[in-house]
Amino acid sequence: MATRLSVLNPVGFPPAVRRQPPAPRLDTLEGKTVYLVDCRFDDSDVFLGQMQAWFAERLPGARTVVKRISSVYLNDDPMTWEEIKARGHAAILGVGH
Amino acid sequence: MTLETKYGVPTVAVHTDKFDRVVRSVAQVNGMPGLRQVFVPQPIMGRTAAELRAYVDGADPITGRPVMQEVLEGLTRPFAEDERGPAAFDRSTPRLVEPDTEDNLHRLFLDNRWTDMLPIVLPTEARVAAMLSATRRKPDEIVGRMRSTHFREPWAYTVEKVAVNAVMAGARPDYFPVILALAATGVTARGSSSSAVAAMAVVNGPVRDEIGMNAATGAMGPYNHANATIGRAWGLLSQNGQGGSVPGLSYLGNQGNSYAYNSLTFAENEERSPWEPFHVQHGLKPEESAVSVFSSVRSTAFTLGLREKHWREHVRNLLRGIDPNGPPTLLLDPIAARQFVERGGFVKKDALIDWLHDNALMPADEYWDYQLVQNYIYPRATFGEEPWATKLKAAPDTLIPMFRREDIHVVVVGGETNGYWRIMGCNYQKTVAVDDWR
Repeated sequence: MATRLSVLNPVGFPPAVRRQPPAPRLDTLEGKTVYLVDCRFDDSDVFLGQMQAWFAERLPGARTVVKRISSVYLNDDPMTWEEIKARGHAAILGVGH
Repeated sequence: MTLETKYGVPTVAVHTDKFDRVVRSVAQVNGMPGLRQVFVPQPIMGRTAAELRAYVDGADPITGRPVMQEVLEGLTRPFAEDERGPAAFDRSTPRLVEPDTEDNLHRLFLDNRWTDMLPIVLPTEARVAAMLSATRRKPDEIVGRMRSTHFREPWAYTVEKVAVNAVMAGARPDYFPVILALAATGVTARGSSSSAVAAMAVVNGPVRDEIGMNAATGAMGPYNHANATIGRAWGLLSQNGQGGSVPGLSYLGNQGNSYAYNSLTFAENEERSPWEPFHVQHGLKPEESAVSVFSSVRSTAFTLGLREKHWREHVRNLLRGIDPNGPPTLLLDPIAARQFVERGGFVKKDALIDWLHDNALMPADEYWDYQLVQNYIYPRATFGEEPWATKLKAAPDTLIPMFRREDIHVVVVGGETNGYWRIMGCNYQKTVAVDDWR
């Protein structure tokens, strides 16, 4: 019978995971302001422009605002998040690559 | 997730389908497994407005459901309890692997993606203890934390974990302080950028000779045990210490990068360099030993020597050939380094770096049109960050510097079999003293 070896695990130590509560969902988008947040990835502004056109045609009761993040996606952007919280009701972020 | 959890704004994130596994994984480890995410086809880049409208009108390639239906539902449909995930879950890492035969353990390490797909040395208690004997640091001391991208959670690793990975890489115990110093940088050698990055490490000071590192002929190739295994240890520690580097899940480099096999680890040829050593430029004394690490290693350009008549043009051509978002680190054979002194009068390395900065120029219009400049530099310029904010004011045909001066570096390496030299497009991160880890 082959010898059984005891070896060490090479994997590091992950931080603990705790559930984060999501924001309450809206009853409807009618009469609401939806921010389309451009994360400044490759041509995401063009994509969000098309999504904004979709809203205008198919859900005109929802107001949309295209907003570019202030800097690169690597940085937190509290100014933009504060604006969305103050003036908007929902957000669509795009596009991750 | 910040908008959801901190600002209370219902949010849907739209991604391309290639990122399905990674974004779901990130949501899970950040405590929101049910985060509303919708997918459209890859790529977005370069598609016409009409093509992107078809994405909007079309189906999510992951679920097959209409994209906009998923978006609207994502903002309006309440979360079911099973979408919220567990309140917390155990993610502890056992110290030992279940005992098994040598063959089975090799298979396990391979199957778990704990290796770089090359054979490893199994980290037995005795081998790890021998590695640990090369430092006064305690096995349970936290050395640092790493993550594959900024949006993943950082994982911690101890001295013992570094030793385990060093054993696996085939490193000898006397290399261990250098490997610990690399670990202490917290810079991953397994970054997950879709641009397929590798890392690079330059070793300076007396430790180079103490452990027999190569700074001369073949220094960057597979010809020296210390160079090869120290860099490999950094790579293995990175992928295991940060919790993985798995294509499609925690690694998104589109083409991969073969430099990652040993993370381009070599010693600087201080003795044959006309300039001060790299670590001295960064605040250490010549008699101290240090590692300096670079990330985002992607592009390479090369040439032979410096011609008397057109060397300036040739160097400018090389600089123009690399992406403006990957600043140049010159890796000069000593012959080429001395030519820079003789031809250009760069008695000080700083003078050479000044010249490189002032001669790596590009019309502003071309510069700002680079995709990576658009992604990573233009937003910072518009936010007023210098020197880019000033560059942004330049007329379209004005020549502007491609790189910040502080991002340009020079290292001397090579054995003078010829005057070939190259430019690595990469980002210097930091220099860490080795002696602190002995």
